Amino acid sequence: MITIRNLKKTFGEGDKKMIVLDNFNADFEEGKVTCILGGSGSGKSTVLKHMIGVYQPDSGEIKVDGENIVGMNREQMNKVRKKYGIMFQSGALFNSMTVEENVALPLREHTNLNETTIKIMVKMKLEMVGLRGAEHLKPSQISGGMLKRISLARAISLDPKIVFYDEPSAGLDPISIGVIDQLIKDLSNKMGITSIVVTHELASAFRIADKIIMLFKGEIISSGTPEEIKNSKDPRVVQFINGLPDGPIPFSKSQRDYGEELKEMTFYN
Amino acid sequence: MTAQFFGYIGRKTFRIKDTFADLFKEISGVYHLTRHTLYCSFIEPLRGKPIKWGSMWIQMEEVGVKSALIVFLTLFLIGVILAIQTAYQMSQFGAIEYVGALVGVAITRELGPLMAALVMAGRVGAAFTAELGTMKVSDEILALETMALDPVKFLIVPRFLALIVMLPCLTILGNLMGIFGGFLVGVTTLGIDPIIYMDRSIEALQVKDVFSGLFKSGMFALIIVMIGSYLAFVIEGGAEKVGQNTRSAVVTSMILIIISDMVFTAFFFFLE
Ligand SMILES: Nc1ncnc2c1ncn2[C@@H]1O[C@H](COP(=O)(O)OP(=O)(O)OP(=O)(O)O)[C@@H](O)[C@H]1O
Ligand SMILES: [Mg+2]
Repeated sequence: MITIRNLKKTFGEGDKKMIVLDNFNADFEEGKVTCILGGSGSGKSTVLKHMIGVYQPDSGEIKVDGENIVGMNREQMNKVRKKYGIMFQSGALFNSMTVEENVALPLREHTNLNETTIKIMVKMKLEMVGLRGAEHLKPSQISGGMLKRISLARAISLDPKIVFYDEPSAGLDPISIGVIDQLIKDLSNKMGITSIVVTHELASAFRIADKIIMLFKGEIISSGTPEEIKNSKDPRVVQFINGLPDGPIPFSKSQRDYGEELKEMTFYN
Repeated sequence: MTAQFFGYIGRKTFRIKDTFADLFKEISGVYHLTRHTLYCSFIEPLRGKPIKWGSMWIQMEEVGVKSALIVFLTLFLIGVILAIQTAYQMSQFGAIEYVGALVGVAITRELGPLMAALVMAGRVGAAFTAELGTMKVSDEILALETMALDPVKFLIVPRFLALIVMLPCLTILGNLMGIFGGFLVGVTTLGIDPIIYMDRSIEALQVKDVFSGLFKSGMFALIIVMIGSYLAFVIEGGAEKVGQNTRSAVVTSMILIIISDMVFTAFFFFLE
C-alpha cells in the first residue's frame, strides 16, 4: 500500500521554474492495479520517480507500507527498493549483458540461489513474457517490443510485492499489448502484487485497472473505477477519453499564457 | 555611461562568482565519488562484500592488454628521440657515453609515467566516459540503483582497480621499451660501447626513481578513472552531452595529470 500526501515538485529555478506536481494526493491499494493516465508531460513519470526514490519532493510525504520514504538515506531506501520491481519507459536493459544475464542479475545479487535454480527461474520468467529462447541475445539484437517484455521479466524476477510499469504497452503490437495486460492483471489477482501502471493507452487502462487516476498538469482531475471515469461528466476527462483536440486541456506545454508571453517579448531592429 | 560601465563590472563579477561556485560544486562532486570508490574498493571487501572479479578481469584486458602496444610504441619512440636530442649536447662536453644515464633516469622518473598516463587518458578515459555516459542516458544506471545495486561498485570499482593495477605495469614495461629505444640509438648511430652504455645507465638509476615513477602512475590512474566516471555520471539529457563530456574528460584529465605531475616532481625533489 502506497499513500502520497501533498506532494509538491518543481524543476528549475528563477525564470525557468516549472511546477510539475502540486498538492498531489493518491492511494495505491495492495493487490490492486492502479493506472495513472494523462497527457504527455502531465507528470506521470515524475510521480513514479518519486515513488521509487529517484526524485526528492519539495514537500509532502510518500508512505510505503506505513514508512515515509521522503528523506530516507541510501541504505533505508535500498531496503524499500527490494520490494519493488520496475519496468522503465525505455526498457533500461544493460546493453553489455545478454537477456539471460539481465533477468538473472537481481537474483544473482540479492539471493544465494545456485546457478541451476537461477537458470530455471530465468526461463520461467521469460516464458511468462513469451520470450523463452531469447536468452543468449544481446539487447541490441532484439526489437523494441521484445525489449519491453524482457524489461518486464527482469522487473518481476525477484517476485516483488509492488511493480511499477512506465508505459508498458507503448510501441507494442495489439497482441503483445493484450498479453502484457493479461500478465499485469494476473500478477495482481493471483499473486497479490500491487501494480502501478503509467500509460497513455486508454483501452488497456480500462481493461486492467481497478482504479484510474487521471492527471493534468500535475493535478488529479479525476479518479475512480474505470466505470466512474467512463461516465464522468468532467469536460477535461471527456476530452481526454474521446481524444478531442479542442477543449479545456490545451495542447501547449507552457504554463504561461501565450498572449502574455508575446507581449513581454521586446523587439530589436 | 558610467552606470553602464559599473553595471558591466558588476555583471562580470557575478559571473566570476558563479563560475567559482560551479567549480567548487564539481570539485566536491569528484571528491565524494572518489571517496565512495575507494571505500567500495578497499574497505567493503573486508566487510564481506566481495569485489566483482569477473568485470575486473574484463576491464583489465580492455584497459591493459589492449593498450600495451600503443604505450610501448610511444615510449620506445620517446627513448629514441631523447637519445638523439641529448647526444648533440652531451658530445659538446665530450660526455656522450652519459646519454644512457640521462635517457634512463628521464624515462623512469618522468617521461614513462607521464606519457603512459597521457596515452591512457586519451584511450581509456574517453572510453569510460562514453560507455558510462551512454548507460546514464539510457537509464541503465537508474535501473541499477532502483534494483538496490550500487552503480559505483558495479561500474567504477572494476575500472578503477583494473587501471590502478595495469597502468603501473604498463609503465614499467614501457620504461623498459624507452630505455631499449635509447640503447638502440646509442649503440648504433652514436657508436657508444654497449657495455659502457649499460653501466652508465645502471649507475645512474636508483630504486627510488622507479618507485617515485610508480607512485605517480598510480595517482594518474586515479585521476583518469575518477574524472572519466564523474563526467559520465553527471550527464543529464542525450547523446550530445555524452560527446561533450567525453571531450571534457580527456582534456581535464590530461591537464590534471600534468599539474599533479609537476606537484609530485617538486615534492620528490625537495624530499631528497
Ligand atoms: N529532470 C527534469 N528536469 C526538468 N524538468 C523535468 C525533469 N523531469 C521532468 N521534467 C518536466 O516535468 C514535466 C512532466 O514530465 P514527465 O516525464 O513526468 O511527463 P509524463 O507525464 O511522464 O509524459 P510522457 O507521457 O510523455 O512520458 C515535463 O514537462 C518535463 O519537461
Ligand atoms: Mg513518462
